[in-house]
Amino acid sequence: MAVKSMKSARGRGEAVVPLTVFSPDDIRGDFPILQTTVHGKRLAYLDNAATSQKPQAVIAAMTRFYYSQNANIHRGVYELSMEATAAYEAARECVRQFINAADFREVVFVRGATEAINLVATSWGQANVRAGDEIILSTLEHHSNIVPWQILADRVGARLRVIPINEAGELCMEEYEKLLSPRTRLVAITHVSNALGTITPVQRMVRMAHTAGALALVDGAQSVPHLPIDVRDIDCDFFVFSGHKICGPTGIGVLYCRQAILQAMPPYQGGGDMIETVTFAKTTYAPAPQKFEAGTPNISGALGLAAALDYVSGIGMDRIAGYEHQLLLYAQEKLSQVKGLKIVGTAAEKAAVISFVLSYAHPHDVGTILDGQGVAIRTGHHCCQPVMDRYGIPATARVSLAFYNTRADVDQLVQGLQTVKEVLG
Amino acid sequence: MSDLRELYQEVILDHAKHPRNFHTMPDSVRAADGHNPLCGDRLKVFVQVEDGVIRDISFTGSGCAISTASASMMTESLKGRSLVEAQAIFESFHDLLTTGDHADRDEELLGKLAVFGGVREFPVRVKCATLAWHTLQAALKGSAEPVKTE
Ligand SMILES: Cc1ncc(COP(=O)(O)O)c(C=O)c1O
Repeated sequence: MAVKSMKSARGRGEAVVPLTVFSPDDIRGDFPILQTTVHGKRLAYLDNAATSQKPQAVIAAMTRFYYSQNANIHRGVYELSMEATAAYEAARECVRQFINAADFREVVFVRGATEAINLVATSWGQANVRAGDEIILSTLEHHSNIVPWQILADRVGARLRVIPINEAGELCMEEYEKLLSPRTRLVAITHVSNALGTITPVQRMVRMAHTAGALALVDGAQSVPHLPIDVRDIDCDFFVFSGHKICGPTGIGVLYCRQAILQAMPPYQGGGDMIETVTFAKTTYAPAPQKFEAGTPNISGALGLAAALDYVSGIGMDRIAGYEHQLLLYAQEKLSQVKGLKIVGTAAEKAAVISFVLSYAHPHDVGTILDGQGVAIRTGHHCCQPVMDRYGIPATARVSLAFYNTRADVDQLVQGLQTVKEVLG
Repeated sequence: MSDLRELYQEVILDHAKHPRNFHTMPDSVRAADGHNPLCGDRLKVFVQVEDGVIRDISFTGSGCAISTASASMMTESLKGRSLVEAQAIFESFHDLLTTGDHADRDEELLGKLAVFGGVREFPVRVKCATLAWHTLQAALKGSAEPVKTE
């Protein structure tokens, strides 16, 4: 269908006002939850790698949908349904622009990064990976970029190979080079490690995969929220991310897949919306992306995601990346002054994630005590047990920053660590 | 802060830093592994039973202050107890952490373990405090499967 002017199709209300000046203090006002308190303390939300907070614009877009636009898509001949369809498809176009895909038909809406990877492993994987083939992953991978490949490998008799990391948490590129072979069918690699913050050289890795005759999947769950993304520049065949980590709602995410590959992939789930004609003798499928969106999709989620992408685009991903880097340096400087604290993961190229351990306190205790100070951080293995095993530790405490965090949040964290010292030190 | 002081009482911190009965035992005794995948706590509990009485009990592993202290204090309170008493202590301990209901609780049996009452205000930490106990039960049952709390 024709995509109208994006905002008018989705909006039916006030457009998102682009921010011309990036002042974190102004931006904080856009996030209702940042005005709340926890245990009577100002909230310092430092668990952005787990999920991000939502600006008013996103909440409003979703509310607006249920208030005045709600109808099912792709089926009604009446006004509301056509409007909902237009809004949903405009959201797809918004995603396309945001990641600079060549064509909106390369954008499949899914539940999140996890479902996107499972879709690729199930659909593309079962059609293309055979006994004896190899899939290359890395030690840095989130469990969601390990387990679907293990399931596939078990099913078809393929083998997983793993790129190790060095002490800093960077991928060993020489090892990667050695692992590539004519048996390699796919390289599936994270763009930014959620546990350590390492930014991997995806562009180069994709090129190497292609040279070896393999396809490449990039897990962008942690890069999309923090770096400008251009899937054509990266040149990967698959790119996945979750809406909720970039100020959007939960339950919506994206699989980007190069057109020629996507059209050739067999369906993932069967149902309504993904078909052309159905008889008991034979069903023909709709072209991608509909072919991969069986059933009524998460319409309000897609609209919320588009509102989120508009919102961060209004600030500018370049400026977000620049600001977060400054804040990362500030936080690392402050934390390195805390006695007994060791930062785990010190890659030269790093997003705003700091994993650390304290010599005198288990991460779990650190998390509980910081919570009492209004500081929300993540503790545990961060769905990255292979990373923990690599460093021989059961868990870390992890601080992950977003553009709405400020030095005040970092200072509150450092102050909170003082309390940890008082209680446990 | 007052809740935190309730949680991290001196006795708990002392056991966390200096765990008692913290050693392995010969292969001949019963043992089981416990794992809390949420926070990565792992421990192993060893128990030697004779005539329905816990003759010796120890543990090894690594975990947060709450799980380590709980394991340590469990070994102290159960050594020399009959299995029936141990079960009653476990039930009282469990009530202490979860319901705050004093009705079925045997304060005398609980003894020093009452310091774990503060954990009740931190529901996500209850699993830390009960890990060693569930692991002990597995050891007593002779279960080969590692215990998981999540
Ligand atoms: C690197 C990475 N990949 C994948 C995921 C999975 O995302 P989701 O749980 O939203 O599907 C996450 C989430 O933590 C992640 O950090």
